[in-house]
Amino acid sequence: MAKGVKPRVRVPKKAAAGEIITIKTLISHTMESGQRKDADGNIIPRSIINRFTCDFNGQNVIDVTIEPAVSTNPFFEFEAKVPESGEFKFTWYDDDGSVYETSKPITVG
Amino acid sequence: MRVSIAILAMALGATGAYSGEDASLTLEDGQSLTIRTDAPPHTENLSEITSGWVYRSDETQALQLDDFDNPAFVFVDQGIDLYAAVDGSEGKACASCHENVEDFAGLRASMPKVVDGELVTMENLVNNCRTERMGAEPWKWSGGQMTAMTALIGLQSRGMPVNVAIDGDAAPFWEAGKELYYTRVGQLDMACSNCHEDNYGNMIRADHLSQGQINGFPTYRLKNAKLNSSHGRFKGCMSNIRATPFAEGGDEFKALELYLASRGNGLSVETPSVRN
Amino acid sequence: MTLTRRKVLALGAGGLALAGLGLPAWAAETTEEAIASFTGGAEMGEGLLTLTTPEIAENGNTVPVEVSAEGAASIMLLATGNPLPNVATFNFGPLAGARHGSTRIRLAGTQEVMAIARMEDGTFQKASATVKVTIGGCGG
Repeated sequence: MAKGVKPRVRVPKKAAAGEIITIKTLISHTMESGQRKDADGNIIPRSIINRFTCDFNGQNVIDVTIEPAVSTNPFFEFEAKVPESGEFKFTWYDDDGSVYETSKPITVG
Repeated sequence: MRVSIAILAMALGATGAYSGEDASLTLEDGQSLTIRTDAPPHTENLSEITSGWVYRSDETQALQLDDFDNPAFVFVDQGIDLYAAVDGSEGKACASCHENVEDFAGLRASMPKVVDGELVTMENLVNNCRTERMGAEPWKWSGGQMTAMTALIGLQSRGMPVNVAIDGDAAPFWEAGKELYYTRVGQLDMACSNCHEDNYGNMIRADHLSQGQINGFPTYRLKNAKLNSSHGRFKGCMSNIRATPFAEGGDEFKALELYLASRGNGLSVETPSVRN
Repeated sequence: MTLTRRKVLALGAGGLALAGLGLPAWAAETTEEAIASFTGGAEMGEGLLTLTTPEIAENGNTVPVEVSAEGAASIMLLATGNPLPNVATFNFGPLAGARHGSTRIRLAGTQEVMAIARMEDGTFQKASATVKVTIGGCGG
């Protein structure tokens, strides 16, 4: 697992049934592109978050394929439809096989 | 409201918002920060002082307006974890003595300051606690742990006016810092003042020079995507003018930090800011 | 920022960048390959996909970009002047509230950024924009 990886997400606490909400996510990750060289001229191996998903109560909201051109500390902003109360689940997949997860509840009413 | 400056700059076709005249910026949570005000009397060559935020592009400015969009907060979160983490032979965390980090509100605005005849910075305070009270190893001056902690503690003072003392015990340190500020060094034979007092607002290649204010440090720089200490930045400037940089945490940079902080007396603490 | 203006900018400045800055031929080929694998060679329409970028990026490390296309199933983002043109692909699920996404990307230099949307009806849309990446004053 890459060191010090920390996800941040912003989801409203409440929504009306069927409301469309904005979600922002950010995770701390160096996103080593595989294009850089170290002081000795050797390529620094690629090590990035290669996929990000957001699901709500088991249904997918967005599934992003990520390449090395996404900036350090990858940021995503998108919209979700909220049909009922439940939980958003956020998952980031690291090249090294690590999976980082976090979730946020939302109340409809 | 929070994008008003950005919209104005776009309308003018400007690449940065330098043409804006607003005296404050408003964060997403409604907090207002002073980015432009009268220069303090001891800064005799400036009539107005401006935050480095003013010189940045619309997109970079926008990153600082919302704490979620501001990537520095990833590191503030790390600072919160570090604050609660027990370390060292005494089995203590920061929180063991300083229960609420909020109690540090105001500290950043007064730093650096003289304690028992010695000029101390925030980093000194943190490492003093670590070595004297926690029995832990000191952190590296510009390392990730230190900048995360100084960002967290500095954030507690965000919005408060910078107000460092320059008289009394502080006077000799302040004079030493001022001397450094105006002394030409390096192969390019330049002083801090040549760029940041004589030419702020002008272009250096494709970039705007700022006044070199340090009210937003540690700052998240797009260049290296991490928090940067003010001493780290001083080192960068000295390398750019092909001088041999002083040591981070050394007497020279501490004195310079005091002098630069005093040039920003009246601007809001912006920690953690976002810069290029 | 209208698509039309973007298009004009992209055609003008993008073409100039290719000719004037001497981008290696393989960069263009790889972009074409990336497009081909996404579209299967299908024709791309314009007008339904909006790509928002800054005209001038202060730092190529962190350039905010935004894509939006009502009725899109997925949107691919390409940086045609990067060593590797692929940037990211947004695939929208059943609970997507809008066919919209924002992220921050790396641009190796001034270049054309391109977005291609695969619409739910199987057609494709395209939009592009030139982003000028400035060279900083003091690397410091």
